[in-house]
Amino acid sequence: MEPYISGKTLILFAHPALQKSRVNKVLATAVRDHSAVTFHDLYEEYPDYHIDIAREQELLEAHDVIVFQHPVFWYSIPSLLKEWLDQVFEHGWAYGREGNALAGKTLLSVMTTGAREDAYLGGEKSHTIRELMAPIEAMASLCGMVYPPPFVVHGAHLMTAETMEKHAADYLRVIDAISLGCIDFAKAKSLPRLNMDLDNLIAKPSKQP
Amino acid sequence: MSEEFLGQALIYLGAAVISVPIAKRFGLGSVLGYLVAGMIIGPFGMNLGGGRDVMHFAEFGVVLMLFLIGLELQPNLLWRMRVPILGLGCSQVLVSAFLISALVFMIGSLPWQSSLVIGMVLALSSTAITLQMLNEKGLLNTDGGQNSFAVLLFQDIAIIPMLALFPLLAIYPVVDTDPQHTTLVEGLPAWEHTLIVLGTVAFIIVAGRFIVGHIFRIIAKTRLREIFTAAALLLVIGITLLMTVVGLSPALGTFLAGVVLANSEYRHELEADIEPFKGILLGLFFISVGASIDFGMISGMPITVTGLVAALIMVKLCALLILGRYFGMALDQNILFSMSLAQGGEFGFVLFAFAESSGVLTPAITDLLVAVVALSMACAPLMMIVNERLIQPRFGSLGNDKRKADDIDRKRDVIIVGFGDFGNIVGRLLKASGVEATLLDLDSDNVDLLRKLGFNVFYGDASRLDLLRAAGAEHAKALVIAIRDPDEIHGLVETCKKNFPHLKILSRASARTDAYDLLDQGVTLVYRDSFDTALRLGTDALCELGFRQHHAYRCAQIFRKHDEEYLRELAKMRHDKTTYLNQSRRRIRDLEEILLEERSVIDEQRDVGWDTDSMIHEARLKAEDKGKA
Ligand SMILES: Cc1cc2nc3c(=O)[nH]c(=O)nc-3n(C[C@H](O)[C@H](O)[C@H](O)COP(=O)(O)O)c2cc1C
Repeated sequence: MEPYISGKTLILFAHPALQKSRVNKVLATAVRDHSAVTFHDLYEEYPDYHIDIAREQELLEAHDVIVFQHPVFWYSIPSLLKEWLDQVFEHGWAYGREGNALAGKTLLSVMTTGAREDAYLGGEKSHTIRELMAPIEAMASLCGMVYPPPFVVHGAHLMTAETMEKHAADYLRVIDAISLGCIDFAKAKSLPRLNMDLDNLIAKPSKQP
Repeated sequence: MSEEFLGQALIYLGAAVISVPIAKRFGLGSVLGYLVAGMIIGPFGMNLGGGRDVMHFAEFGVVLMLFLIGLELQPNLLWRMRVPILGLGCSQVLVSAFLISALVFMIGSLPWQSSLVIGMVLALSSTAITLQMLNEKGLLNTDGGQNSFAVLLFQDIAIIPMLALFPLLAIYPVVDTDPQHTTLVEGLPAWEHTLIVLGTVAFIIVAGRFIVGHIFRIIAKTRLREIFTAAALLLVIGITLLMTVVGLSPALGTFLAGVVLANSEYRHELEADIEPFKGILLGLFFISVGASIDFGMISGMPITVTGLVAALIMVKLCALLILGRYFGMALDQNILFSMSLAQGGEFGFVLFAFAESSGVLTPAITDLLVAVVALSMACAPLMMIVNERLIQPRFGSLGNDKRKADDIDRKRDVIIVGFGDFGNIVGRLLKASGVEATLLDLDSDNVDLLRKLGFNVFYGDASRLDLLRAAGAEHAKALVIAIRDPDEIHGLVETCKKNFPHLKILSRASARTDAYDLLDQGVTLVYRDSFDTALRLGTDALCELGFRQHHAYRCAQIFRKHDEEYLRELAKMRHDKTTYLNQSRRRIRDLEEILLEERSVIDEQRDVGWDTDSMIHEARLKAEDKGKA
C-alpha cells in the first residue's frame, strides 16, 4: 500500500433529505467548492433512482480518490447509494477477469451517526463501524481499491454548531491533504476511524514529500 | 378649442419628455425633472401656458396614486400600521402646527387666528412628491418610508377638521364662498355631518367588498379591455365625487377603496389599468406646481421668501427628527423620514384659498405663503438627493432591507398563467408543498369559483406586459405557463424573455411541434400534455401483459429519458428540412423517424447492473480451470 495518495477527489454525496440535515450539510459545505473536488449529489441527480451508468463510470474513471459521504442509516449506507453500487460497479468493469477500472484508486467513507461513539465500541453488545462497513471494505478489496479507515462523525443527534464546524474543518483538512498527497493512510491502518489522529497522519507542509 | 387643448398637451408632454430623462440621467429623480419643466414653461418662464387650472385637474393623479397604494396594502397591514398613523401622524400635525403657529404669532405678529391657520396648513406635507420620490427610489417599504406614509395618511384625515375649523376663526369680512367648496353637508349640525362621513366610509367598504367584484366580473366577461379600463376609472372618479360631496378627502376615499380591493381577484388588472393614468397625471401635477412658482413675487422680496422657505423646512425637520426619535426609529431611517416630509403640501394651495375666502387670511399673505409652499416642494427632491448622496452613505446602507419580508406585501415567487385543469394541478401541488403562487386566469367564472375555494387567483390577461409586472414578474423566480393555445404561449414567452430575462419559464406544450417551437425560443423546461399520462398507461399495459411491475416501470423510465433527449435533437435538426416539408408531412416523417429509432433503444440501454449472465459465465470458467488443475 502506497502511503501517500494524491489526486482528484470525487465525492458521492448521499443524503435523502438534505433540507433536514444538520451535520452533513455543514460537512458538505466545507468541501464542495474545493478546487480538487467534484461534488456529486446523488439524491439530487437521481431522484427517481434511474442512474445513468455510463456517466457514473466515466466520472469514476476520471478521479483518483472516491469519497462516499452519507449519514448512517440502519448501520449501513442509504438506499440510493446501495442502488448506485449495484448498478455502476458492473461485472467486467469494476471487477472480474477484465474488470479493473477502479484498481489502484482509493475509496474513503465519510459518515455521520446519530448515536455517540460509545455505541460503536464493539465487544459483546455492539459492532464497530469498521465491522459494520465490512461489505464496503470487501467490495473495495474485490475491485482492487484501497480502503482506509472511515472518517466518522459520531453523535450527530446532539451535536452543537461549534463541534460541527470542528469536524467540517477536519474533513476539509483531509480533502486538502489528499489533493496535496500528504496524508499517510498506511499509518492509519489500525485506527477505528481516520479522524482520530489527523495531526499524526497529515504531514506538516514543510515535510511534504 | 380642441387645437388649443392639443397645443397645451404638446407643450406639457414635450416638456416632460425632454426634462425628465435629463433629470434621471443625472440621478436627480423624475420629480425634480417635472418641477423644472414646469418652471421653464410656466408663466414666469417661457409663459407657454398652464398653472392653477391644470393643477386642479392634475391633482387627480394624487388620487389615483393613493388608490394604487391602497391596492398594494392588505387590510391587515393597514391595521398593523395604526400606531404610526394615529400616534406618529397625529403628533406630527399637532407639534408642527403648534411650533409654526407660535413662530408666526411671535415673529410675524399676525392675529392668533391667522397664525393658527397658517400653522395647521403648513404642518401638512406633500403626499404626491414624497410618495413618488420614495416609490421611485424603492424606499417605501423601509421603516422610514412606511412611517412617512403613515404620517401622510393622517394628514389627509386632518384636513377634514381643518376645513370645519377655518370659518370659525374668521376675522375679516367673508368673501363670497368659492362655489367649489360647497358640499352637501355644509350647514348641517356636527353630529349629522359625522354620521354622513361614517356612513360614506362604510358604504365604500361594503360596496368594495360585495358589489364592485360582481360588476367587474360582468365587465370582465365582455373581454373588452378598454371597457375594463373605463370601469376602473369610473370607480375612482365616482369615489372622488362622492368624497367631495360629503366633504372628505378624495385621496383618502380612493385609498380606502384600494385597500378594500387589495384582496380582490381584479387587483392586478386594476393596477395595470390605472398605473399609466396616474403616471401621466402626476407628472402633469408636478409640472403645474413648477409652473405656479411665482418668480415675480420671489424676485420682489427674495430675502423674505427664501428666509421663510428655509425656516419652514428647518422647523418641520426638527419636529420630525424629535418625533422620529421619540417613536424609536433608527437614526438613518429617522433622517430619511424627516427629510422626506419637511416641505409644504399641495393641500396648502387649496386650504390657503379657502382660508382667504373664509376671512382668516388676507390675500397678500396667502400669495406669499403659496409661493413659500411651492418653493419648499421644489426643494424636497433636492433634500432627498442630499440625504441619499451625503447622509445615508455614512450609515453604510440605504436601509433597504430594514423591514422583515413578511411586513411588506411580499410578491410571490411563482406565477402560474392559466388555472384550468393543468394549471390547477401544478398550483395544488405547490400549495400542498407550502408554496403560494400568484395565479392568473382569463375566465372570470373560473376565477370566481377558485377564489371561493381559497385560491389566490387573479383575473387578467397574461399576454399584457403591464399585467405581468403588476403580478410581480419582476420579483418572481419562475413562471409556469399552463394555457393551451400555442400562439398565446409563444407571445407570452417572447414578452417574458424580453422583459424578465431572469424568470425561469416552465411551459406546457400541447403537441410535439409546440414543444419544438418552445425549445427554439430557448425554453428548456417543456412539458408535453399527454406524454406522462401515456407513459403511465403504457406501463400499466405492459404489466397487464405479464411484465413485472418494476421491469415495466424501468422500461418507461428509459423510454422517457430517450424521448426527451430525442425531442431536443429533432428540434434542432428539423430546421434543415422544414423548407420543403409542410406541417403535416413533417409530422408524419417525425413520427416515422421516432419509431424507427425506438425499436432497439430499450434493449440497448444499459440496465445491466442486475444482469448476472456474465458473472455466471465467469464462475463457470473458473470452475473449469479448477477442474483442470
Ligand atoms: C432511517 C434512519 C436510520 C438511522 N439509523 C441509524 C443507525 O443505525 N445508527 C445511528 O447511529 N444513527 C442512525 N440514524 C441517525 C442518522 O445517522 C443521523 O440522523 C444522521 O447521521 C444525522 O446527519 P444529518 O444531520 O446530516 O442528517 C438513522 C436515521 C434514519 C433517518
